[in-house]
Formats: sequence, structure tokens, C-alpha cells
Amino acid sequence: MKAHIAAVTDPILKITCLDKTYPGRGAAPPVKALDNVDLEIRKGEIFALLGPNGAGKTTLIGAVCGLVRPTGGTIEAFGMDLKHEWRKIRARIGLVPQEMAVDIFETVHHAVTYSRGLFGRPADGKRIEEVLRALSLWDKRDSQLRMLSGGMKRRVLIAKALAHDPDLLFLDEPTAGVDVELRRDMWKQIDVLRELGVTIILTTHYIEEAEEMADRVGVIDKGRILLVDDKASIMTRLGRTEASFALNAPMTVIPASIAHEGLALSDDGMALTFRGGDGAGGGKEAVAEVAQRLAREGIGYSAIDVRESSLEDIFVKLVEDRPEIAA
Amino acid sequence: MRAGFNAVSAWAIYKREVSRAWRTVFGTIISPVLTTCLYFIVFGAAIGSRMNDIGGVNYGAFIVPGLLLLTLLSESTSNGSFGIYMPRFTGAIYELLSAPVSVAETLVGFVGAAVTKSLIIAAIILVTATLFVDYTIAHPILAFVYIVLVASSFSLFGFILGLWADGFEKLQMVPLLVLTPLTFLGGTFYSIDMLAEQWRTVALFNPIVYLVSGLRWTFFEQSDVTIGVAFAATAGFLALCIGIITWIFRTGWRLRD
Repeated sequence: MKAHIAAVTDPILKITCLDKTYPGRGAAPPVKALDNVDLEIRKGEIFALLGPNGAGKTTLIGAVCGLVRPTGGTIEAFGMDLKHEWRKIRARIGLVPQEMAVDIFETVHHAVTYSRGLFGRPADGKRIEEVLRALSLWDKRDSQLRMLSGGMKRRVLIAKALAHDPDLLFLDEPTAGVDVELRRDMWKQIDVLRELGVTIILTTHYIEEAEEMADRVGVIDKGRILLVDDKASIMTRLGRTEASFALNAPMTVIPASIAHEGLALSDDGMALTFRGGDGAGGGKEAVAEVAQRLAREGIGYSAIDVRESSLEDIFVKLVEDRPEIAA
Repeated sequence: MRAGFNAVSAWAIYKREVSRAWRTVFGTIISPVLTTCLYFIVFGAAIGSRMNDIGGVNYGAFIVPGLLLLTLLSESTSNGSFGIYMPRFTGAIYELLSAPVSVAETLVGFVGAAVTKSLIIAAIILVTATLFVDYTIAHPILAFVYIVLVASSFSLFGFILGLWADGFEKLQMVPLLVLTPLTFLGGTFYSIDMLAEQWRTVALFNPIVYLVSGLRWTFFEQSDVTIGVAFAATAGFLALCIGIITWIFRTGWRLRD
């Protein structure tokens, strides 16, 4: 069963039927990390790939960046086939890994200059300075990486990935393990990159991050893409409104005159709960209608608690009950 | 980006590896030179003065090529292995694997830097040796070519070890348990002609004998095996190492999941 995936015109990255199976170690069976993955990324967008730990996010990035050998499928980037034009493609891709994988005795300036050279770009002190200044690292340029805080080291990883001016940037869990302040700081940096026109694919298991940053969201679990769409479309398609009416007097059954699809009575008869709508405002109309019916019938209530479902609710529902929703 | 050899990337790797050596100058340069000087003092000046000449060559001078090779082999192997093992160990290898870099550029960068370090050490040792013993090099250009060949071969060999090892213990195992004993038994301090017939035959199965003999010939025009055989054996080893590394990069063994 294929997930709901919105079509993309002229994608910067096109992944088709990508498979990756890791051989089993010892007596362990092989592990299918990517299962028939299709994904297209638009130029200039920020795409968030959401998934629980072990869902296949890092494997997917690794397959595009050359760290993982796919078992099957094709990857095209910038209109070229990765298998044949790997040099041209890799020269235009940047990767910020999840782990703090750096030579800690190197200075910031050396580390970033090395990355630019490694990707085949000639030395350009001015450009390196721009990158370091943009990430507030210029003052630390002569510091060894071991002297920097975790957040600063992560910025160095971003600077290294940006040193060769990539058109497509992968950020693998960019804010994993950093505090809230640094996370928000990192979001600002990602915003700066968006303004520079860099296409960004970030993996995260922080739903808040995807909500804050992404233009489109993809959900992956057990190596399968469950859904890819605009944030707003996801909310419209899968979001729900939940409203709870605290009744003044207990009710034994819902009277036919106020019955409405999605309306349920609590066990103690003291609350009526409505669940429905489309998560993009449609549910609120239904809540208003229920409120009017209650007023018409003279059923008193002391409070209404209305809540729209978040991306997190949708994500949890998708991962827990995926065949039903992805259909 | 050119489709052929990406010199910018190779230079970036080379420069970084060489600068890493300067960061650890004591370990990579001073330490091996100091160790070799101690060999010269003990075997060259102290014991050597009481030893007979070998094939008309003063014993102190006779051991110069052997000691040079002893250091060259261990340092080339160690530099070659650490250069690639450390990024594997720290995880920083991701950058190399995701870069538009081929096997050729990777080898020129990493192995080129390892060879450079070995050549610097070799030059310092040769100059330092003059402080303890008198010697001349009969074929200096040939000796230089041979030293480059040996340094390249064993840097490549070290590179393979660095890819193979999955821990520091394994990284040290082959140099300590295989290379050093073979080098000591390979005629570093003696000519295999000095051995009994049966041990001389056994010694000829030791590949290091050919390396020491080759280098010794370029110094004194005398050796246990002919210079042609020594060159061929070293060049063959070099080709084998390049073949193995090419296979590793093609298959992604120990590099890519």
C-alpha cells in the first residue's frame, strides 16, 4: 500500500522505490531499513522527515549522501542519476550528521576550510569568513573544537556542511540533545539558510521542530513513508477538533434532538465530547452547532474546552495506526 | 567539478593530514628519530666498534639501511593506518564518504601525507646517522626512489590496516606482532649470509629480507638478494595494496553500510 504523497513538479531530489536491507549479524535476521521509499523534494523548501527512532530517517539520508549502499531503487538529484553522476551530485549536497563527528583538536577555521577543499571548491577565505560570521563562529575561528560547547560544535558541523555552498542540505537531527534556547537558535540559523535559497531536508523526532520550520512534512516508520504533504494539508486531512462540554446536570443518554456525528457522552454523564472536523477550522463550526442545540434544548453547561489536534497527535496516530490513515 | 582527478580535494586531504602531523610532532617525528638514534648509539657506536666489517663495510655503517628501513616500515604503516582509522573511530569519516572524492584522490591525500612524513623522518635519520657512523650512499637517486617506493607501499599497507581494524588493539597488532619481528629477523642488523644454511633458506621466505637487501644495495652495492628482485618484490607489494584498497572502496567494505 502506497502512502499519500503529493506530486512535486521539477523536484531537486527524486527517490524512487528505494530499498535498504542490512544483513543480519550472527543468527539475527536481515533488517529492512528502507522499504520501497518514494520521495520528491521541491527546490527551496524545508522538508521535515519525521519518524520514531529506528524508522529509517538516517538510512535514507545516508543513501543519498553516499554513506549507505541501497539494496534497490534509484536516486536522482538535480536531474541527474546518483549512480552515474555521483561526483557532480555530491559536490552540491551538504550533510550535517547527527553525531558530533569531528576532529576535536582541529581549529574551527581549519575544519571549515578543509571541508570546502574536500568538496572540490578552491580556497576562499572571504567565503569562509561569511559562513563563520553567519553562524556566529568568527570569534571562535582559532579555537580548537574541544574548547567549544555542544551547541557551538553543532554550528561548526553546519558551517562545514555549508562551506562548499551546497544547493541541498541534509540536517540529521540538528537539535538532538541541545537545550531549548540552543534549539531555537538553531531554528533561526535554518531560517537564514532558507532565505539563502538552500533546500533543506531535516530529520527530527521533535514534532514542534517540524511544525515550526517545515514547509512540508513526511512521516516514516519501519522504513516506509506513511505520508508526505504540506503541513496545512496534513492538518486539513488528518486533523481533528475536540470539544468538551462540562454539563451542569448529569445526562443518561444523548437526546435525539442534539445528536450529532462525533458526539459522545462521558461515563459519569457529566461531559459531552465532540470529536470531528478537519483540523483546519471545520470542526469549530460543528462545535458551535452542538452548542446551539444544547442551548435550544435548555441543557446547561458550565464550560467548553476546545482543542485542535496538533501535528504530534497526527504523527502519533499515524505511527500507531498507520494502515488506517495512510490509505 | 572536473570529471577526472579532483586535485583540490586531494590537496585538502593531504594538507590536513600533514598539519595533523605537526600538531603531534613529538609522536610522529621526534619520537621515531630519537629511538633510531638510540639504536645507532648502542649497535653502531658501542657494540659496532667491536664488530668485524661485513663484506668490507664497517658494521656501524652496515646497519644504517636496516635501521632506516625499520623506522620507515613502522612509521609508514602507523601514519597510513592512523590517518584513516581516526576519522572512522570518531565518525568524521562521513565527510569523506559524502564528498565527491574518488579512491585515487583519497589515496593521494592520505597516503601522500603518510609518505611525506616518512620521508621527513628518513631524511632526519640519515643526517643524524652521520653523527655516529661514517657512511656514503653509492646510488643516492636509486636509494631515494627505493625509499619512496617502500614508504608508499607500507603507507598503503597501513591504510588497509586502518580500514580493517575495528579497535586500537587490532590497529597495533600487525605492526607489533608481525612487522617488527619480521624486520628484526630480516637482516636489519646482520647479513643473512651470516646465518646457518637452513636458517638462511627460512629467512628467504621473509619479505622484509628483500626490502632491506634492496636498500642496502643502493648504499653499498652489496646485498643478500639482487636489486632487481628487491625492486620487483616491493613494486609487487605496492600494486597488491592498491588493488586491495580499490576493492575496498568499490565494495564499501568497512566503510559504507
